[in-house]
Amino acid sequence: MLLSHEGESARTTDPVGRAPAVPADAEAARKRAERRAARITDGARELEERLADLLRSGLAAAGQSGGDHWEETAARMVDSQAPGLAARVRELGALPSSGPGWPVRMLEECGLLHLLNTAWLHRDRLPEPLLATVRTRVGLPSAPVGPAVRDRWQVLAQYDVPDGKIVTRRVWLHGAGSGRTVVLLSYGSGGRAPERSLPVGAVLEAELTPHPGAGRRAELGPVFGAPEPAPAPPVGVSPAEALAGYGRALGEDPWSQRQPVVLEAVIPIPSAGRWQLADEGTGAALPIAGDPRSRPGLWRLGALSGGSPVTVFGELGPRGFAPLTAWSAGEDDGADRREGAGPVETVVLT
Amino acid sequence: MSATNSPTSGPGCPDHDHPRATAPDPTDARHPAGPPPRTEQWTEQWNELVTRALLGTDRRPAHARDGTPWGPTVLLDAAAVHAVRRRAGLCPATAGTLPDRAPEDPRPPLPPAAHRRLAQLLADRTGGSPGGRRGTAPDLTELIPQWLAAANRHGYRAPAALLPPLLDAARARTDLRPHALVFAGPRGRWLAGQNPDWRFALRDGAPQAALRGGPGGGADPDAVHALWEEGLFTERIALLSAVRLRDPDAARDLLAGTWSTERAEDRLMFLDTLRAKLSGADEDFLEEALGDRSRNVRATAAELLSTLPDTAFGRRMAARAVSCVGLDRRCGGLSPNPGGPSLVIEAPYECDAAMQRDGVVAVPPTGKGERSWWFGQLVESTPLAIWSAKLGGRTAREVVGLPVADDWAADLHAAWCRAAVRQRDQEWARALLGVPTAPPSDTTGTDSPAERSKLLATLPREERASWAAEFIASHGLSEAFQLLGVCAVPWAAPLGRAVVDALDIAREAGSYPWSFSGVMGLAERCLDPGEADRLEVLTTTEDEREDASPGAGGYWSEAFQRLVSTLRLRAAMEAELEATGP
Repeated sequence: MLLSHEGESARTTDPVGRAPAVPADAEAARKRAERRAARITDGARELEERLADLLRSGLAAAGQSGGDHWEETAARMVDSQAPGLAARVRELGALPSSGPGWPVRMLEECGLLHLLNTAWLHRDRLPEPLLATVRTRVGLPSAPVGPAVRDRWQVLAQYDVPDGKIVTRRVWLHGAGSGRTVVLLSYGSGGRAPERSLPVGAVLEAELTPHPGAGRRAELGPVFGAPEPAPAPPVGVSPAEALAGYGRALGEDPWSQRQPVVLEAVIPIPSAGRWQLADEGTGAALPIAGDPRSRPGLWRLGALSGGSPVTVFGELGPRGFAPLTAWSAGEDDGADRREGAGPVETVVLT
Repeated sequence: MSATNSPTSGPGCPDHDHPRATAPDPTDARHPAGPPPRTEQWTEQWNELVTRALLGTDRRPAHARDGTPWGPTVLLDAAAVHAVRRRAGLCPATAGTLPDRAPEDPRPPLPPAAHRRLAQLLADRTGGSPGGRRGTAPDLTELIPQWLAAANRHGYRAPAALLPPLLDAARARTDLRPHALVFAGPRGRWLAGQNPDWRFALRDGAPQAALRGGPGGGADPDAVHALWEEGLFTERIALLSAVRLRDPDAARDLLAGTWSTERAEDRLMFLDTLRAKLSGADEDFLEEALGDRSRNVRATAAELLSTLPDTAFGRRMAARAVSCVGLDRRCGGLSPNPGGPSLVIEAPYECDAAMQRDGVVAVPPTGKGERSWWFGQLVESTPLAIWSAKLGGRTAREVVGLPVADDWAADLHAAWCRAAVRQRDQEWARALLGVPTAPPSDTTGTDSPAERSKLLATLPREERASWAAEFIASHGLSEAFQLLGVCAVPWAAPLGRAVVDALDIAREAGSYPWSFSGVMGLAERCLDPGEADRLEVLTTTEDEREDASPGAGGYWSEAFQRLVSTLRLRAAMEAELEATGP
């Protein structure tokens, strides 16, 4: 769930992201864009009908009939040039076999998919930032806009999501000056890893240009100098603050399932069923999403913590928190600076 | 509906993946003015939506207040509002029981290069090289034990993030466990306590606690006794072993206290822990164990007694053994040694109750005669010093050199070999090993590779290496594998040279390298890394001679390349661990 594509399209614009400025081409491009929007509109309407049929006959009936027709619907969405819708449909098809409580999850996802279709069909009434988010969510390519942001970016995490023949590499960066957290996307196909790789835990001076919308996507511009080790773990929040932040983010992007969050001073609690990251002071905790057995990196997190608070970066979604990187506690309080304790250790958990 | 509607979060939470919190966050600024809708109402509505969605609107229609029927679209609208509301209103779960904090580990961290190397060694463990031991790349998994031993010698702390793969490796390979667990240290034990897969690492946990929990960090006698009386078998055996190393007498007293109530198979295992730090003080206890109900316990007690000098048991055995061996001073005749005396053996005719009480097993294994079986057991338990006294003050070498009448030589010498190994008698070990350069026809020494290596293991390390080197120089590698296994690592220069020369000779002789893969593997792990440069010359492929096996030259050069690259890798690993400073 958490590692879905969220409608990020592998079709990128030209690297700089400027629309080509030749008038004849511009007219042709406008026509192409209109044709594509019309196709997506057809797809969204068709999908609305599918959802209505589903709820007329009931989720229970759909749960028994398997996911084949969802696969077919997803293919239709690909034909409609709406890969974002296609990805959501595929996930919907997998839900009936996702274990106890699936009808609740299925209804939530149906509601959100319906919300996305509706938003697209009435996009002329949407305010600009939300429109950009909706366009991205249905799977339209976006281009970076506006001025580049030059900052010292700390590499919070880098991981690959395989999807059929294409591997999407996601790199999360946090700007020390701007306070922005952005994600860089790159793609590899034919079994090859994406080209660009940034060292997790390092800081690099670079210019980034953000994409519009609430997706936090950005393009990496020129990099100045070599990456340096980060002086300290990123500053973070408590589990309660993280959830409040997720709630606020849903106001801008109701489909968000991967809110980047740095949790500070949390203690991992191992368990056979579900791990937690707990705030020692308040007893509040975030569950770690998914089955612990599917996340071998969790034991690295447990080992790094040793029962003491650590800083963890990850993605927060409706099913819990997906940890990506952890930092051992900084030795900011010189009082108990241990003999022989090294610098802060950065551990990749993916 | 607009997606920007600020979702409302009531006090408490709907029932979903995140367990509900008990109190709303007072700082949450998302409450609209006026009384918020009650959570119960929201939950009720949502549950009703789920029910209707499950059954389908055809079967469970509903109507708005004005009577218009609610179709699926209305249901989807409501579901969208609820989905966003439920997500935006998520509250933290209540934390479960926090784990204890891992104890501090004062050891210094690994140098960065060594840290990276360990990660690589552990990552490679699961990979496995395709096609087995071929190619020129070093076999990294074989180097893990060496790396761990070296890291422990330097006294480094294991990096926390590598503890999981380290414990996984130790779980899969018991030979790694001792070094891996020392290296993993207190945090490794702490982590193993969280994951049932790593339970093996905790077996010595309770004993260690009992032995450190006393005043001033010493043993806590009450805890030790409690654990001995009530612990699980694995805990008890670990406790007994640990106590034995600290205070041999205390361990024996613990065991004596509960001896009569232990099960036979447990008695056998407990008795075995007394091997460590065995001394004359244990004689009475062992003597008593000779009367045990279990035959295996009796045999083990006898074996332990026979390793001690000057015991009543040894004197009883000596009296029996000596009566079986005579010195025939006649010259000529049928004696195999016309010019001198020879030994005449008269094996025992019965295995009486007293012999059985002293651990002699009455029934021989299939294919072995009763009398020679009993005779061998008597001699192997007899203190070797007796023979010199009995045979006119001859040295061990002279005694071993005496001819033996009537084909008894093999039995007698094999029993002496076992006695020399048990009693760790170097003079006798040398005599029985004989001269390493002796031709195979020379029968003075033993000719069993297993016995040779056991005898060799009793000698000092330099002597072991030089004996093995001379043996290989004279006899090649075909019987050298077990001998090499008991030589100290890294091999001394003469031994290393002998092995490499022998490999070179084998190549010249046109055989294939996999006939020597065992020795090759040992050489990769045990040769002094400093030899790498000298070996470089062997990595070239020579022109094939007509009588050579087809392709052998290429395979040899590949094998030597792997040898050289492994040696270089070992040197690099050692240098990485030596590194000081950040």
